[in-house]
Amino acid sequence: MTTRQSTFSAGLIENIPHLRRYARSLTRDVQQSDDLVQDCLDRAWSRMSQWRDDTNLRTWLFTIMHNLYVNGVRRSKRQGGWDDYDPHHTPDPRQTGQESMIQMRDLELALSKLSDDQREILMLVCVEGLRYEAVAEILGIPQGTVMSRLHRARDALRRTLEGGEPMKLRRIK
Amino acid sequence: MKHTITPEQARLHAYADGQLDPENSLALETELAQDPEAREQVDRYQEMNELLRHYFDPVLDEPVPPTLLVNRSRPAGWSFITQMAAAALLLAVGLFGGFYLGIHSDLTPQLAAEDAEHVVGEVVMAYSVYTPEVNHPVEVSGDQRAHLVNWLSKRMGRNIVAPSLDGLDMKLLGGRLLASDDGPGALLMYENPQGQRVVIYACLSDEKSSAFHYAQQQGVSVYYWVDNEVVYAIAGEISRDRLLPIAQSSYDQMIF
Repeated sequence: MTTRQSTFSAGLIENIPHLRRYARSLTRDVQQSDDLVQDCLDRAWSRMSQWRDDTNLRTWLFTIMHNLYVNGVRRSKRQGGWDDYDPHHTPDPRQTGQESMIQMRDLELALSKLSDDQREILMLVCVEGLRYEAVAEILGIPQGTVMSRLHRARDALRRTLEGGEPMKLRRIK
Repeated sequence: MKHTITPEQARLHAYADGQLDPENSLALETELAQDPEAREQVDRYQEMNELLRHYFDPVLDEPVPPTLLVNRSRPAGWSFITQMAAAALLLAVGLFGGFYLGIHSDLTPQLAAEDAEHVVGEVVMAYSVYTPEVNHPVEVSGDQRAHLVNWLSKRMGRNIVAPSLDGLDMKLLGGRLLASDDGPGALLMYENPQGQRVVIYACLSDEKSSAFHYAQQQGVSVYYWVDNEVVYAIAGEISRDRLLPIAQSSYDQMIF
């Protein structure tokens, strides 16, 4: 194994938990999200030569995953995603502590009301803590759009969390 | 689809996400003191960040399915577990709740739970006692590396290595001998230019070897493992992500 290969493989391993967390937010399903991670890692290996040492590996991997998701999973909406969210289900106990069960259920419900775009931007900015420039690169949109999308996503999440009328997403062309 | 956001609004988001440069951030803080509405907005953004992380973060600690560690673009049989990647894998694998691949389980018995806690407790204690020291953090300073290593190895009855972490900007400050519950213990201390310190602690163990583990106690992150009847623990008051490369590099240099 070359040094580059071993750096690359160590980098992939290090990023797997982050990829899984992001994938989980996209698909909401453990099996589907791990399939997505697997596809992403396969793609990364096959494109290793395209990865430049000076680009952030996480940004690069997230870009791959975003594209795979947009082109694959999202196109053929499968069962079990956010669209099928059942507000009466019990939140995954692994993801919550008892005391915050209700809060987590509210959050899940609120998330299920957001668009894919909005959930994605919240994950990348709020959970993953990525720079706006990196988010723009991952999503393939200008940074200004990142800001406006983030603004709307937070606004929508806040409103639903506050128990207001669940915001129906309007597409303003 | 065109939505606009005012520069003022964009600044609030950037501030809440810690993405404003220090100068702008400071200026905005002053403004926020006069503007309760904007202040509340920022607080809400940060609360939502926290809530989302609270919900999604546990995924990071779930065991990684072994299938994800296989490089499928290679012919059958190839996997991440090849030569140089092996150490990194053991390390990564150990991070995820003590999970490891079946093939390694014979070679790497897990530390007994109480043993592990013991080591974590000892290194966190040593870290808390010695790293705040300004004048006497170590007994033998890092510029006498050979002497330090010989002395500690002799007292421990084991070959102790002081890994070189210069590439990670951590300089060896030096080391000291400690009395652990299981006999002599060695403590090495490193420091980066910002004054952040980490320690490496070694003492004897009943175990032969173990996988890589992570623990956190009192805000101190700890990676530890056993090799050749010596348990090593690396501790620092830094995030798990930042401690990882330091631990990884030390591990690579300390196992034989």
